[in-house]
Amino acid sequence: MSLFFIVALPFFGALLPGLMNSAGRSACAGVTFTVSLLAFIGLLSNLPTVLAGDVVMVGIDWMPVLGLNFTLMLDGLGFFFATLILGIGLLIIAYARNYLSRDDNMGEFFTYLLLFQGAMVGIVLSDNILLLLVFWEITSLSSFLLIGYWKHLPAGRQGARMALTVTGMGGLAMIGGMLILGQIVGSYDLSVILQNRDLIQADPLYVTALILILLGCFTKSAQFPFHFWLPHAMSAPTPVSAYLHSATMVKAGIFLMARMWPVLSGTPEWFVIVTSAGLITMVLGAVIALFKHDLKALLAFSTVSHLGLITMLLGTGTAFGAMAAVFHILNHATFKAALFMSAGIIDHEAHTRDIRRLGGLRKLMPVTFMIASLAALSMAGIPLLNGFLSKEMMLEEAHHTVLFGSHWLVPALATFGSVFSAAYCFRLIGHVFFGPVRDDYPAKPHDPNPGLWMPPAILAVLVVVIGVAPFVAEPFVKLVTASVLGGAADLPSAHFKIWHGLVPALFMSIIAVAGGLVMIAVFNPALRLWDRTPRPEAKPIFEAIVEFVTQGARLLILPLHNGAFSRFAAIGAITIIAAGFHAWATGTLGAPTREAQAASPVVIAGWVMLVAATAGLVLMHRNRLLSLILIGIVGLMVSIGFVFFSAPDLAMTQFTVEVVTIILLLLALNFLPKFTPVESTVLRRVRDAGVAIAGGLATFGLAYYYMLRTSVAPPISEFHLANSYKGGGGNNVVNVILVDFRGFDTYGEIIVLGIAALLIYALTETLLGGPVRARLLNRKPDQKRAGNKHPIMMVVLTRVIMPVVLLVGFYIFLRGHNEPGGGFIAGLIVSIAVVMQYMASGFAWTSSRLRYPYHGVIGAGVLIAGFTGIGSWFVGKPFLTSAFTYVRIPPFHKFELATAALFDLGVFLAVVGAVMLSLESFSRLAKRANMADNEYPMDIDPSRDDPDSATSGQAKEEV
Amino acid sequence: MEFLVASAIGILTAGGIYLTLRLRTFPVIMGISLLTYAVNVFIFASGRLTVGAPPILSDGVTTYTDPLPQALVLTAIVISFGMTAVVVMIGLGAFLGSDDDHVDDQPETSDSKAEGQS
Repeated sequence: MSLFFIVALPFFGALLPGLMNSAGRSACAGVTFTVSLLAFIGLLSNLPTVLAGDVVMVGIDWMPVLGLNFTLMLDGLGFFFATLILGIGLLIIAYARNYLSRDDNMGEFFTYLLLFQGAMVGIVLSDNILLLLVFWEITSLSSFLLIGYWKHLPAGRQGARMALTVTGMGGLAMIGGMLILGQIVGSYDLSVILQNRDLIQADPLYVTALILILLGCFTKSAQFPFHFWLPHAMSAPTPVSAYLHSATMVKAGIFLMARMWPVLSGTPEWFVIVTSAGLITMVLGAVIALFKHDLKALLAFSTVSHLGLITMLLGTGTAFGAMAAVFHILNHATFKAALFMSAGIIDHEAHTRDIRRLGGLRKLMPVTFMIASLAALSMAGIPLLNGFLSKEMMLEEAHHTVLFGSHWLVPALATFGSVFSAAYCFRLIGHVFFGPVRDDYPAKPHDPNPGLWMPPAILAVLVVVIGVAPFVAEPFVKLVTASVLGGAADLPSAHFKIWHGLVPALFMSIIAVAGGLVMIAVFNPALRLWDRTPRPEAKPIFEAIVEFVTQGARLLILPLHNGAFSRFAAIGAITIIAAGFHAWATGTLGAPTREAQAASPVVIAGWVMLVAATAGLVLMHRNRLLSLILIGIVGLMVSIGFVFFSAPDLAMTQFTVEVVTIILLLLALNFLPKFTPVESTVLRRVRDAGVAIAGGLATFGLAYYYMLRTSVAPPISEFHLANSYKGGGGNNVVNVILVDFRGFDTYGEIIVLGIAALLIYALTETLLGGPVRARLLNRKPDQKRAGNKHPIMMVVLTRVIMPVVLLVGFYIFLRGHNEPGGGFIAGLIVSIAVVMQYMASGFAWTSSRLRYPYHGVIGAGVLIAGFTGIGSWFVGKPFLTSAFTYVRIPPFHKFELATAALFDLGVFLAVVGAVMLSLESFSRLAKRANMADNEYPMDIDPSRDDPDSATSGQAKEEV
Repeated sequence: MEFLVASAIGILTAGGIYLTLRLRTFPVIMGISLLTYAVNVFIFASGRLTVGAPPILSDGVTTYTDPLPQALVLTAIVISFGMTAVVVMIGLGAFLGSDDDHVDDQPETSDSKAEGQS
């Protein structure tokens, strides 16, 4: 099966559990299992190639410019991890089916689980490191969702947040590291990077890249000092802990260290950082684990400890260390997942995970006892179980490792850690299963159904098989090791054997086991000592750091942004002006290259009107009606300015927009106070005037400066002018730009416009649905109303000119491609025609004659424009490529047919719909009680609208 | 002419900023409208000022003004209508809901007197 399918299957499969949720829990788990099984089979179908030592590669270009390609690679290491992820995944799915209770939303759980699985498989199969980073982040996110799956548990939510914060920050650091690495090599493909060991290690940025990448690995794999999130993630359901936090996700960091081993390892920096972090984590985790009373917490810290062990082995930088690491990854995945599942069984049956409340389960749960004991003994390093083999290889490697010039430091610490490791394993077995049977368990424990114990049992069988016959695993481990080494070192020749003779590692093992037994014997006094010893707790420290950062952010933001608009608008304006001034003062200014053009008296007159209107608006803004008139003048002068400066399309747009804007503001002013009271102090007004004058001077300076100079680079408009007719089939370059060259922009803009209109509609609905409605209905108009609401002159006039205006709109629309006009302007003109009907004949009269709702018109416009764009796909062209032709239907003149016109029709409809929906929404607020909806356009017969008369009563009922 | 257009942009901006910093919604909306004019004219002027050379291709004419800023400003004008409408609606909704058209939250209710006057 293609690698694409193996990665894609879990992602697409993630859609299924949610759909199957209502079909029952078994169906839900069944479909998840099937998806994983298919991916697993697909993976195994690649086994012969991998065994032959070949690397499977598939890839398609995604964004080649960025070096981001969807390339996947399957070699021994990838195959090994993918097998762990999918294989253990299958066991976990089967286990989770029986573990989750009826109250848990199983579809949600399995959706998250499959997302996680897909992302994990993606990490281990990625050939492109940018792609790997994408999958890396998805694992962080899906793990967040899984840890917080029990949303009602505060511990779950906190644990999820902590895990996301720590691994997310590590991920960020790693992005930096990976980018540096890609820059050094000149490629983001792993297959290329792995060939460039010398280039990377000689680069001055090597250490930076190394530290950043290791930050990502250490946070993900819970290495000291980032180990603290893992135990808190244990509030997740146990299948999650077994899967993510022992077998797979926490190994992602280790996977990456193994993947990068050929190019990053072997330097003193790598050795010191990785080995010491691993060593500290290993010892610390083992010591803390011994004194944890929560079974899952004990296992979590032991996982931390074992991850440290693997990290330390990778850190040594020797081939033997790498082989021991690979072997221990395999062994740890088997025994630790089995242990987690056993812990879940105990929790499930006894309703507690507290070791102090357990004991004597040996007789009550014999099957679980067998499984858990085998796994725990393996973890302790007892011969004939797989943990012994890799642990001894670790001790052997530690024996040869010289850290900080000391020959005994690493072996001593490794043995010390192993003592505690053995001790907590013995404690787990002794304190949970041995001892007298108690009568105060929260629930009567007994062995669960096979659905729960089969998955760990299968793993326990593996533990024994590998432990007794290590030669079974040897070829596979060596194959994986070979791909870790990647030619950077020779494969070690050592064989996996239970008996190596009287080597130092054996003595260290014996010391560990004996020491562990001694620790258990003196456990109670040791625990008292431990409880009395003050030690830093990670969670309060983490929370204090988060709190500190939050406080810092508040301290910075609140003075600037306390929620008062006028405050931060002023701060914003000042900042922008200051930044602009800084750029101006420190930049270089060229000499003017353009002549200033002479101004005619007409221009000066227009300028005077504009300035006078603006000044009047500012001075008399308290009279709101007057300010509307003045801003109308400003808009008019701007429109005329556009005409004068060769922009007829802009002038038409500005002019029509001006009309609808004024209508809109008038509608709003109907409800708002008509005057603005004097409130602000003189000082404040002076301050605001100061900011305003500074801003005005700044824009004046900027505009004046650049208008007298030609652009630094030649504008791209030459292309538009040259290709408008040839490529777009239109003479009006502005319109061709809108519907063709930059059609995608326009498409986005009509969508924005439509959304704005829908937002207004939604706000109106909310207002009319709430308590405001009653006030609106009963409000008294604050100004005198005209006796004749619908003057006959206006009604007649608007009706007469309606067809004329529509014709003009149609004409403007059609000619838009070659002459000033087009969909935007035509849409506005038609809107004005319709608005006039509302104004003259009344809201109810007009809307009852409305055949299509405006929402539909907006939607139709966007769809027509979109489908026109998609249409070009069918002829193999990119989105929104326009085509045109000239046709002649006698007796008419030859005319042009262009797909751009269809797109413009979409623009037209969207504009009409959006403008009308906004204005209509405002008018709907104006409805008042005791005011009959006008059925007739004119109020000629006063008796007709009398509430007592029969006709009106009927009309009201109809409404 | 350049001086006139540049100074118009400056005056529109100054008026816009001043009104935007007022305390009631309606002047703020007026201010935003003025700023919209200023920004649109500013962008338009980035194509430099040309008289009598509209970007409508015709035979025998070789000088055209820069069409691209015009296309950008055209959609900006229409969008700014949509945005103004949304802001007006929000301001109106807030006023109808609380009988207060202040832009910022008011710490005390001493403004109700001023409200009654208008």
